[in-house]
Parts: sequence; C-alpha cells; structure tokens
Amino acid sequence: MVKVEKIHKSFGNNEVLKGIDTEFHKGKTNLIIGQSGSGKTVFLKCLVGLHTPDSGEIFFGDKKYSNFNIKEERQLRMDIGMVFQGSALYDSMTVEENVMFPLSMFTEQTKEEMLVRVNEVLSRVNLDNANDKFPSELSGGMQKRVAIARAIVMKPKYLFCDEPNSGLDPNTAIVIDNLLQEITVEYDITTIINTHDMNSVMEIGDNIIFIKEGFKEWEGSKDEMFTTDNPAILEFVYSSELFKKVRETYNN
Amino acid sequence: MLIFRILKNLGGYSLFMTQVFRKPEKFRVFLKLFFREVDDLGMSSVGIVSFFSFFIGAVVSLQMAYNMGDNPFIPLSYIALATRESIILEFAPTMISIVLAGKVGSYIASSIGTMKVTEQVDALEVMGVNSISYLVAPKIAAAMMFFPILIVMSMFLGILGGWVASVGSGVCTSSDYILGLQSYFKPFYVIYALIKTEFFAFAIATIPSFYGYKVSGGALEVGRSSTLAVVWTSITIILLNYILTQLLLV
Repeated sequence: MVKVEKIHKSFGNNEVLKGIDTEFHKGKTNLIIGQSGSGKTVFLKCLVGLHTPDSGEIFFGDKKYSNFNIKEERQLRMDIGMVFQGSALYDSMTVEENVMFPLSMFTEQTKEEMLVRVNEVLSRVNLDNANDKFPSELSGGMQKRVAIARAIVMKPKYLFCDEPNSGLDPNTAIVIDNLLQEITVEYDITTIINTHDMNSVMEIGDNIIFIKEGFKEWEGSKDEMFTTDNPAILEFVYSSELFKKVRETYNN
Repeated sequence: MLIFRILKNLGGYSLFMTQVFRKPEKFRVFLKLFFREVDDLGMSSVGIVSFFSFFIGAVVSLQMAYNMGDNPFIPLSYIALATRESIILEFAPTMISIVLAGKVGSYIASSIGTMKVTEQVDALEVMGVNSISYLVAPKIAAAMMFFPILIVMSMFLGILGGWVASVGSGVCTSSDYILGLQSYFKPFYVIYALIKTEFFAFAIATIPSFYGYKVSGGALEVGRSSTLAVVWTSITIILLNYILTQLLLV
C-alpha cells in the first residue's frame, strides 16, 4: 500500500501539486488520470523519489518515506520497479543485460542464478528469444515488455508505470495493459499507472484517481466512473462520442 | 551576466563532482565499465591521434628547417632538437588534448545528454544507483589512465613524422636528426607533459559529463550541450596549460 498525504510541489511560482491525499491499494492496478499538464507525471515522480515534494508525506506500507534511514531507503529502491514512458532501456546493453542490470547491481547472485531469473521474467512477458537483441532492434511493444521485465526482475512490492501505452497501437496497448494487471495480481504488488488512455482505464482501472490542475478531483473504480456525475470526469472521459455511447450502453 | 553564469556553472560543477566520488558502485561493475570506457574514449582515439601526430611532426620539422634557412652557424641537428621540444612540451600534451576534447568531449556530452532526455538516467536513480558516480567515475579513471599512453604515442609518432619529412625531403640526414634528438634532452619535459595530460584528462572526462547532465529537453539541447562542452573543455585546457606551465617550468 502507498499512501499520500497533502503533497505539494511547485517549480518556481508554478504550483503543480496542490495538496493531494490518496491511497493506492495492494494487489490492484491504481490509475492516475488527467489532462496533459494536470500534474500527474510530477505526482508520479514525487512518489518514486525523482522529485522531492515541498510538503506532505508519502507512506510506503505504514512507514513515512521522510523517516527512512539510508538502509531502509536502499531496500525501498529494490522494492520499486518502474516502467518509463519511453521504456528507458540502456541502448548499449542487450535485452538480457538490461533485465539483469538491477540483479548485478544489488544482489550477490552468480551469473547463472541471474540468468535463470532473467529468463523467467522474459518468459513471463512473452519474450523468450530476444536475449541477445539490442533495444534498437525491438518494436515499441517489445521494448515496453523488456521494461516491464526489468521492473519486476527484483520481485518488487511497488510497480510504477508512466504512460505505458504511449506510442503503441490499440492491440499492443491492450496486451501491455493485461500483462500489467496479471503481474499485479500474480506478484500481489501495488501497481500505480499514470495514463490518459481511456481504453486502459476501462480495461484495468481497479482504482482510478483523476487529477485536475494539481488537485485530486475524483476517485473511484472503473464501474463508478460510468455512473458518476462529476462534471470534470464527464468533460474529460466522455468528451468523445465513442465513450459517450459506451457510458449510455453501460447505464442502460 | 557572463560572470554570473560562469560562477553558477562553477558551483554546479563543484556539486556535481562531490556526487562523482560520493558512493562507489560495486567494484566488479566499475571494472566492467572502466574497460568499456577505455575502449570508447581511448582505443577509438588511437587512429586520429596517430594521424594528427605524424603529420604535425612532419610539418613542424619542415618549418624548423625553413626558419633556419642556410644559416651556417646553426647545425642541422637543431631541426630535430627543436621538433622534439615543440612536440614534447606543447604539441603532444596540449594540442592532442584539445583534439581529444573535441572528439571524446562531444561523445561524452551527447551520450549522457541522450541518456538524460530518454529517461535512462532517471531509471538508474529510481533503482537507487548513484547515476553520476556510475556514469562519470569510470570515464575519469579511463581517461586518466589511457590519455597519457596516447600522449606518449603522440610524442613518438610526431618525432617519427619529423624524421620522415626532414630526411625524405633532404633538409637533413638521418644521423643529423638522431644527433639532434639526443642533444640536451631533459627527461623532466616528458614528466611535465604527462602531469599536464593528467589534468587535461580529468577536464575532458568531467566537463562534458557535467554539460551532458544539465541537458533537459530534446535533441536540440543535446547538440547545444555537446558544443558548449567542447568549447568550455578547450578553454579550460588552455587556461590549465598556462597555470601548470607557470607552476612547473618557471
């Protein structure tokens, strides 16, 4: 579980996060949605420690992040997996080396032991024969799958994903969504996904947080999203004719 | 305004350097990266350094011969002596370091800059890796270990180029040239050149890394930081050259 209390973050005079309170649940896919510029990427970066909030608290489990000592923070880093928007694979490394990287940095496993784990996670993301390929030789969807494999290789407790579907065709996007949901249940982890892809919301949104202009505007499940009368949600999610019809059909 | 910008960059560079030596990564990982950097920064520069050194050595010896003209009071062996001194004292350590600042510096700044804009650096940070130390420390070690080898090679090839040009064009004989090389040789000049090289190597590895790290945005910013990195590394080399010469020779 990850809990957030009154997170504020500004860049100069621009206050991006204006006191967000929320909770992300274990074993569920928690989605952060919102328009471009609403602050969701900054929020995610605060959660993973890439930005330091100006005020507020983040709890991992029941412990405040600000109270972590060096050893606990190091352990937390090992418990966090992250999938970046552009995959962020290391160009100079093969798929195998990319996935093995966290193991080689933070464990004392032998090469053979690491290789067993690498093959296990690559197989889990359906990339059995790509060990020796370089990221530039892979399609966007395959790169995302390698990024997911790298994120879960250390058996994390928390999985963060920043726009995991961006740049992917609808079919591949669904494959990635389903994979993330399956992994969440299988590993029983807290998955937090930053997205503005409404298909993802409808497919895997166990818990959805809608951020607008730095505030948490709405929170609920995908089913609640169909029935809510929140005007901001109606404006953002049901701005397209397709989703209006989906909502109508669902409510009928 | 320029002064303010320079001071700001100096402060940023100092803070950046404290991160480089803060938390060492696993030695096994460091060693692997070190050998990769030796290949990327050092071995890949052997060709260009050889080419520059040989031909500049040749040109320097021909210019010396031209300047001496037919003066009967200056022995022909002085062509080699002057070529040797120019190459050991200045050309090999300083000019080749400026060439390396261009070649290696732009490579370092653009590769780190690209890693920055493609979130590869963020990925390291999220995992808990000290990305600055992980990326920069092996570069510093590789440059400081391998660049002196390149400079010694440059000295040898420059002097060889001078011999080929002067003997080949008939301005002096081979024995004149060899006699000149052996005359008034001060081994300290080589040590002086290598001391300078160590400082230059440090600058070449760290200044472009700093500029690479400052990149935010896209391809344009990567290109811009690469250019700035080469310019400031070259300026630093010239300034260090003056300071070190003042300290070591005067």
